[in-house]
Amino acid sequence: MVEIRDLNFAYDKRPVLEGINMTIPKGSLIAIMGLSGCGKTTLLRHIGGSLKPTRGYVKVGGQVIHELNQDGLYVMRRKMGMLFQFGALFTDMSVYDNVAFQMREHTDLPEEIIHDLVLMKLHAVGLRGTHSLMPSELSGGMSRRVALARTVALDPMLIMYDEPFAGLDPISLSVVGDLIRRLNDALGATSIVVTHDVQESLKIVDHVYFMADGVIVAEGTPDEIRASDKDYVHQFVHGEMDGPVPFHYPGRDYRQDLNLQV
Amino acid sequence: MPATNTIRIIGHRAINAVWRIGLASRFFFLTLLYSGSSFRRFRLIIRELFSTGVLSLIIIIVAGLFVGMVLGLQGYETLKRYGSESALGSMVALSLVRELGPVVAALLFASRAGSAMTAEIGLMKATEQISAMEMMAVNPIARIVAPRFWAGVISMPLLAAMFSAAGIFGGYFVGVVQIGVDEGSFWSQMQAAVDFREDILNGVIKSFAFGTVVTVIALFEGYDAPPTAEGVSGATTRTVVTSSLAILMLDFVLTAIMFRGN
Repeated sequence: MVEIRDLNFAYDKRPVLEGINMTIPKGSLIAIMGLSGCGKTTLLRHIGGSLKPTRGYVKVGGQVIHELNQDGLYVMRRKMGMLFQFGALFTDMSVYDNVAFQMREHTDLPEEIIHDLVLMKLHAVGLRGTHSLMPSELSGGMSRRVALARTVALDPMLIMYDEPFAGLDPISLSVVGDLIRRLNDALGATSIVVTHDVQESLKIVDHVYFMADGVIVAEGTPDEIRASDKDYVHQFVHGEMDGPVPFHYPGRDYRQDLNLQV
Repeated sequence: MPATNTIRIIGHRAINAVWRIGLASRFFFLTLLYSGSSFRRFRLIIRELFSTGVLSLIIIIVAGLFVGMVLGLQGYETLKRYGSESALGSMVALSLVRELGPVVAALLFASRAGSAMTAEIGLMKATEQISAMEMMAVNPIARIVAPRFWAGVISMPLLAAMFSAAGIFGGYFVGVVQIGVDEGSFWSQMQAAVDFREDILNGVIKSFAFGTVVTVIALFEGYDAPPTAEGVSGATTRTVVTSSLAILMLDFVLTAIMFRGN
């Protein structure tokens, strides 16, 4: 479904992604984990076609994304869905209109059918009763679930999630995690979750990639990841304070900074 | 070398300014290019006409009324010295339809509707709503920018006309009702002095030009704003400052072209 080969990307001369290789089979749910700034979201934006690689390629459904023109990219994006970190609901539209947005933009369906489809999508995320509310009237967890309903409005073949668990309470977090798995299986889609929530992701995904400084440093099934003895993975999974990712930001010698005699 | 540094800074700012003018021009042409879909779905423009035009009406009418009242007072005091109080109506009307109507209405439009457009689009960008739209294969220039652009261009001449009408009523109230200038002379002199093509049409052309410039600046600043609180606030300030200066400079150029030799 998604094939990434030797993907390199740099902002000006600062490398962000270096030699990324991934194969994501159809129907699977994978997680890309790593610290903030390690290149996870940049990788996701390459898959969505928002960025062009400096070397290598991303293929989705057999098509090289960065070689598509704008029309081709838009045709491809109709088969994709993306859930943004804080939902990115359109604040000037009701919940109903948010979910109906893509159906109205990309299909000629009559309003009665759109009505039924919107309510079905909202029912799937447990929020049918909120259809008349505005986004400002929803809690963080509810916004994320409405955004999820909007993401799957046109039954995409590829669903991308950018930090779907950020800022959620434990119940909402578990609900969103469960919905991601269930929707992926029900739609027969392929899903990519970019996250640093280890415990929740390991419960729902089929395969995990760990990224650090723009490269993939480890990968495996959730069980392999839990049992991994790699320092980086161990520190990340167990939330250890010090390790390959140091607690202290590099700086001058502490005694020199405090003007102490050496 | 301080002198070299100063030259470098000036050069950097000049290049940056030229770069931004280029970006704004490209943005303007893209807006025109993708305007077709806005006209096919005219309800999008009507919705924006309400927020940019109708919601600006109160400030425009109140400001017009007071400007007209001041013109009535000042005009009467000046004309009285030459025994030409009866020309008050033509003085008020010509000042308003040729100059003050388009210019002051455009300045008010920039402060109320222009700043609102910039803040709205800047916030949509900061909350990833524009990125979400792009990922849904919907062109944000066609869906968000073009309807607002045409709403601004259409509403500006209408607001300037409302401003002039309110101003004439204000001048009438002070000159005729309060001071006692002959009502018949007030209206007949106005009717005789104001030419449709030379005065009214040129005023409409001015307000059309101001509406285009203000709306493009407001939309570009919002679309180009860094996605942070400071970025959006800075863009909103730039919209008001740049638009106001552009209106005054453009007014001089248009006046020089339209009324030269008359």
